[in-house]
Amino acid sequence: MKTQGTVFKYPDNVDTDVIIPARYLNTSDAKELAKHCMEDIDTEFVSKVKAGDIMVAGWNFGCGSSREHAPLVIKTCGTGCVIAKSFARIFYRNAINIGLAILECEQAAEEISAGDQVSVDFDTGIIYNVTTGKQYQAEPFPPFIQNIIQKGGLLASLKEA
Amino acid sequence: MGMTMTQKILAAHAGLETVSAGQLINAKLDIVLGNDITTPVAVNEFKKAGFDSVFDKDRVAIVLDHFVPNKDIKAAEQSKQCREFACAHCVSHFYDVGKMGIEHALLPEQGVVTAGDCIIGADSHTCTYGALGAFSTGVGSTDMAAGMATGMAWFKVPAAIRFELKGKLPANCSGKDVILYIIGMIGVDGALYRSMEFTGEGVGSLSMDDRLCICNMAIEAGAKNGIFPVDDTTRAYMKDRCERQPVEYTPDVDAEYERIIEIDLSAMVPTVSCPHLPENTKPASELSNIKIDQVVIGSCTNGRMEDMETAYRVLNGKKIADGVRCIIIPATMQIMRECVERGYVTAFIDAGAVVSTPTCGPCLGGYMGILAAGERCVATTNRNFVGRMGHVDSEVYLASPATAAASALTGYITEAKGE
Repeated sequence: MKTQGTVFKYPDNVDTDVIIPARYLNTSDAKELAKHCMEDIDTEFVSKVKAGDIMVAGWNFGCGSSREHAPLVIKTCGTGCVIAKSFARIFYRNAINIGLAILECEQAAEEISAGDQVSVDFDTGIIYNVTTGKQYQAEPFPPFIQNIIQKGGLLASLKEA
Repeated sequence: MGMTMTQKILAAHAGLETVSAGQLINAKLDIVLGNDITTPVAVNEFKKAGFDSVFDKDRVAIVLDHFVPNKDIKAAEQSKQCREFACAHCVSHFYDVGKMGIEHALLPEQGVVTAGDCIIGADSHTCTYGALGAFSTGVGSTDMAAGMATGMAWFKVPAAIRFELKGKLPANCSGKDVILYIIGMIGVDGALYRSMEFTGEGVGSLSMDDRLCICNMAIEAGAKNGIFPVDDTTRAYMKDRCERQPVEYTPDVDAEYERIIEIDLSAMVPTVSCPHLPENTKPASELSNIKIDQVVIGSCTNGRMEDMETAYRVLNGKKIADGVRCIIIPATMQIMRECVERGYVTAFIDAGAVVSTPTCGPCLGGYMGILAAGERCVATTNRNFVGRMGHVDSEVYLASPATAAASALTGYITEAKGE
């Protein structure tokens, strides 16, 4: 699985309340929810994001609430991958369960800038910054988690078991 | 190498003699929980995957609490979807308006969770039940759907940080001040992926409500779970309450902890988390120039009976400051009823506060106390992120019920007095 796109850069501790504010959680319709993705810290994200674009953030991305709506709206907006220095544990789990590509890579998250063109090979964990020509290797997932991802999410993996 | 409390519970539920940090396991679940926000997503996934029954109708709990009594038509549709699913699958622990309470106050109160349990909940504050000596952690809706269908969940066995508690809290401090102090010290990812295990002679001086509050906010330090050992206080609380037999686990003497942090409870001071992260803590005494517009006393963190008692002690016979809206939300119907019987509700109303039926409401910016641009709230809730309680330019200061009530009387952040 590969993606290439423009980078949207965010700071440390991006919480699920800003990814999708709770005031919109009176529906579980992903397309409806996705209209409000990131709006409390980036009002332009939804209008600018294109399929395959990449979010790059600092430490503890997705902290706070367990709402699965958070990775779901990021995915529904067309985001191809989220690269962060670290992910909050429930967000990490939810992203894998619903099939949103995420990668942990401290150096990439530090050095990649907003607006850079970046390509990501999700299977190998190789992140390539087309704009600067620099390449990074993300932490590989353990095989157990790779299996869930390859099967297309947690429920699909259970069905096959 | 020995095991922590958390590791022992996980090993027992995975059918293994021992487990160690980092190991991936499949564990049997005692309770699978969801609420009116997360259950609809889980129900959709459950159906899409083609499951037709829950693993055990007595081990699934669905609590309508975030936006009920329904705040609008869409919320009503979500509640209806939960209700229909619970009815179709004969879910015995389904709590609708009239029976409901805020889930993490309700399940311990009703004896649905007990010591030694392995619990997942599609709500991040599911870590609350560690106060009873259970392993309990927040997950998403897909994990909830899988848990409801199979009664199992996968976990990476966590490493742990041990908090060695000593001494006794001063009269003006409670469990909230302890956990805010700890989050201030280790940061919002200070316990990421780890267990927070609370041990030491100081545990005995903490009430159940203090312990529930402390474990509730373990997630605010990034933790997978928080957990207390079972002692006489826990046993007295669980007696004649829990529907299943409690199982007690103690950490091995050679259990491995990444860090051991000593906390002197007697040195605690009333503590406040300033916007916009729970780790931005300061002593309340340093914030006395912060003028406020609203106070919220409630939530899964601090809507329990002791919190109501504290609010009553501070507010009884006094008046809320002009220009301050004080919203008090008992967390369950049982707590609400007791507040009525003891005359607390009358005292709150006479002081100029409003009292709401149980709901998560304003804590997550749902309803019942949304903030306008530029407004400030002192809240006993658990998060003060940007826009958490309303407008992105509003501010939430997290504090104990004693500090929140004292602040309601002055209109400024005010250090709680010991009484």
